[in-house]
Amino acid sequence: MAQPLTKEIVTKVAHLARLKLTDGELDLFTTQLGQVLGYVELLNELDTSAVEPMAHVADIANVFRDDELQPSLPRTAALSNSPKTDGKYFIVPQILEEG
Amino acid sequence: MYYETIIGLEVHVQLLTQTKIFCGCTSAFNPDNPNTQTCPVCLGLPGSLPVMNRKAFRLSLKTALALNCDIARFTKWDRKQYYYPDLPKGYQISQYDLPFSSHGFVEIDTDIEKGETKRVRLIRAHLEEDAGKNMHDESGRGHDSHVDLNRAGTPLLEIVSEPDLRSAAEAKKYLEELKLLLTYIGVSDCNMQEGSLRCDANVNLWVHTDDGQKIATPIVEIKNLNSFRGVEQAIEFEVARQIEEWEKTHAKIGDVPKQTRGWDANRCVTFAQRGKEEASDYRYFPDPDLTPVTVSDEFFAEVKAEICELPASRRRRYRADLGLSHYDADVIVSQGDRFTLYFEQVAKLCGDGKQAANWLTQDVQRELNARNLGVDTFPIRPEVLGGLLQRVTANQLTVKSAREVFAALLTDHDTAYEKDIRADLSTSRVEQIIAERGLAVLTDASAITQVIADVIARNPKPVADFKSGKQAAVGSLIGQIMKELKGADAKLVRQMLIDELSKP
Ligand SMILES: [Zn+2]
Repeated sequence: MAQPLTKEIVTKVAHLARLKLTDGELDLFTTQLGQVLGYVELLNELDTSAVEPMAHVADIANVFRDDELQPSLPRTAALSNSPKTDGKYFIVPQILEEG
Repeated sequence: MYYETIIGLEVHVQLLTQTKIFCGCTSAFNPDNPNTQTCPVCLGLPGSLPVMNRKAFRLSLKTALALNCDIARFTKWDRKQYYYPDLPKGYQISQYDLPFSSHGFVEIDTDIEKGETKRVRLIRAHLEEDAGKNMHDESGRGHDSHVDLNRAGTPLLEIVSEPDLRSAAEAKKYLEELKLLLTYIGVSDCNMQEGSLRCDANVNLWVHTDDGQKIATPIVEIKNLNSFRGVEQAIEFEVARQIEEWEKTHAKIGDVPKQTRGWDANRCVTFAQRGKEEASDYRYFPDPDLTPVTVSDEFFAEVKAEICELPASRRRRYRADLGLSHYDADVIVSQGDRFTLYFEQVAKLCGDGKQAANWLTQDVQRELNARNLGVDTFPIRPEVLGGLLQRVTANQLTVKSAREVFAALLTDHDTAYEKDIRADLSTSRVEQIIAERGLAVLTDASAITQVIADVIARNPKPVADFKSGKQAAVGSLIGQIMKELKGADAKLVRQMLIDELSKP
């Protein structure tokens, strides 16, 4: 059995995903995510000792492209979704060091 | 009590592809035109699909083989998740549990004069994408950062060493050898100014106490070192800092989380950076957008056949087959693949490896530096130089005369260059110069005897001095004889002169 999902784990995952959750949301998601994990846990009842681990859902390998140049986007297009830009760069708030 | 320095390096190498790893944007270095080399794939826009660059994988495999790695016949790519503005997808495509190669090694020279080497083991090499570039406003708090995604998605090979390095100098040597090898096999230009080769250094200490205990101190990772000098200086600084820290806190490995530090090249200090999230916090999982890769026997053999002779093997061969010293072999091999090809051609033609090495490391190298040329554009071609030196080997020309011919050829070249025409720098021109200047060594003993007799007759005083026991008096006589004979063998002349003067 995997370890039960605790509020601490949900807090940590939320932090890693840069999500700010209220106490009420934390409780709600701890319950809901716990139920999802519990459901997936059912798979552990199967004996998979003879099954090869699956690296990809499609049973294919070696999909490559040749090293050939394709046109890139014009800069205006590349920057068009940016909330802030000077026409050359994406401009973002400065990263603050975490203590 | 004493301290032992423990260092492992993670080296990032940009592969020599035209395009990025998962899209057709150019991977050229272009910081002056930010955000002009992007597309939906490398911008991480929804609905885009990355497809692996065949050449990037091929170059990776080639490198891993040259680094003596075991190659996995089945490999896959994973998502490494973290948030940073230069990482548009919110994850980096990298390799986690099934890297395509592992368990290699690089051999480095630890003492060239003594010929001592050391094997630095490699944990793994894996293929991943680079992030973009985040430029902080240095002026103060509360300002914006600028992001350029031209570099995002550039193919990178990460080469991770075991903590086998024991000093800053050894770490530098390892990096130099790795760079040389990568340049020889042509997988990267290793341009450190442009960030094609950069590394992180993991540094800690083993404290050997007087009662025989060995205590490891916490590991510190120094990020983003992009020069050999930087690597050496940063590690030296860090070792001194860690000794001080140990004496103050006695903190052992595991007592504090792994620390990340940056290197300030201007102030020559390392400084603390943000606390890195634990490896498990990257929440790796297989990237569903990319298919796994399997390496067939044919592909494996094909790539292996492309690998040229590696630097370490060339050094060995030059020592064993051509009689070069460790030092000379190292100097020549360090100049790169093209230089060694030139050298080998000259050595073969002249029949004397040491002679060829002397010329290459002194005369040719000096001219290349002065003219800011590579060996491929050097006006004197290897077959001409080899032919010239062959005359020296065969005692038909003195080294001094050969230098005169060498200089004359270059003067020919420079004169022609100014007139915008091509100079004839062929072997027949060499013969012409030798004839014009009478540089050919006189093998005709009677001609030498004649000149000796003339000079003796004209110089009664030095002759008398010699006969009264002043050995040094022969010097001026030899000078005069050589001036008249030009291409004579000085040793032979000296012997013949002394024989003549010693006659009763
Ligand atoms: Zn792109």
